[in-house]
Amino acid sequence: MADDSIITDETRAKIGTTLEPVVFEVEKGAIRRFAQAVEDPNPLYAEDEYARKTPYGGIVCPPGFFGWPVGQTVGMETLINVVDPPLKNILNGGNEAEFYLPVRPGDVLVSYTKLADLYEKTGSAGKMLFAVFEATYKNQVDQVVAKMRYTFIFY
Amino acid sequence: MAKVYYEDVAVGAEITPLVKEPTTRQLVRWAGASGDFNEVHYDKDVAQSLGLPGVIVHGLLKFQFLIQMLTDWIGVDGTLQKVSCRYRGMDFPGDTITCKGTVVNKFVDGDQHCLECEITVENQRGEQTTPGRAIVAVPSRG
Repeated sequence: MADDSIITDETRAKIGTTLEPVVFEVEKGAIRRFAQAVEDPNPLYAEDEYARKTPYGGIVCPPGFFGWPVGQTVGMETLINVVDPPLKNILNGGNEAEFYLPVRPGDVLVSYTKLADLYEKTGSAGKMLFAVFEATYKNQVDQVVAKMRYTFIFY
Repeated sequence: MAKVYYEDVAVGAEITPLVKEPTTRQLVRWAGASGDFNEVHYDKDVAQSLGLPGVIVHGLLKFQFLIQMLTDWIGVDGTLQKVSCRYRGMDFPGDTITCKGTVVNKFVDGDQHCLECEITVENQRGEQTTPGRAIVAVPSRG
């Protein structure tokens, strides 16, 4: 029902808004720690000698890693805090990635993120706000390396 | 020699499963490596105050488990083009979770030989907590 919607007109107007671009310097150590945290022993992410002999010609990031921090949360709250009353908890609802080019240590990526959609559902914990963000990652020579879609649930 | 060739994979073929046994220690490590410091993933008091039985596995970590399954399967001669999942259910430290997948479609797109897959994370309770889809490009024998 429109009357008890938690998405105000002011909030709805934010759909399509672009966040400040965020720069990610992709560090070799951060790639290794990421792969270690996943417990993914693939030498493509850590061993120069092995990686050189692969079609990649050197170490690359695991698909899904675009530098630290992972997940598009930088600056997101500034868009979502306009919900009244404020929702204090957050869950990840889903992710979608498209990979176009490998990301390598030393790359400097910039993510361009927009709030693609907002919708609400009522669950056992009450009203839930779904916020969908779309991020495009470009490298230092302006090539699009990947796109990510993040659905966050606020409740 | 590539691990997977387009011609050798039939619709219905299974992706080699990947078994994971996440611990709270791994979740802490992931928190640091990913930068997701939401306490629900490592502070039991916070998790329980939200009505959960305990800390929960990060969604993005499960996403990454699915990616590991796919990249292990295709090897360095294949490329992961697209992957998605939804977090429908929760998994907890101590669970044994298995990443699985099935090839549901094959198609050629320009010079790319693609396999479309249904993927999921299933825990030992038989719950499919993280269903999704993926498209990989693999070498052709042609």
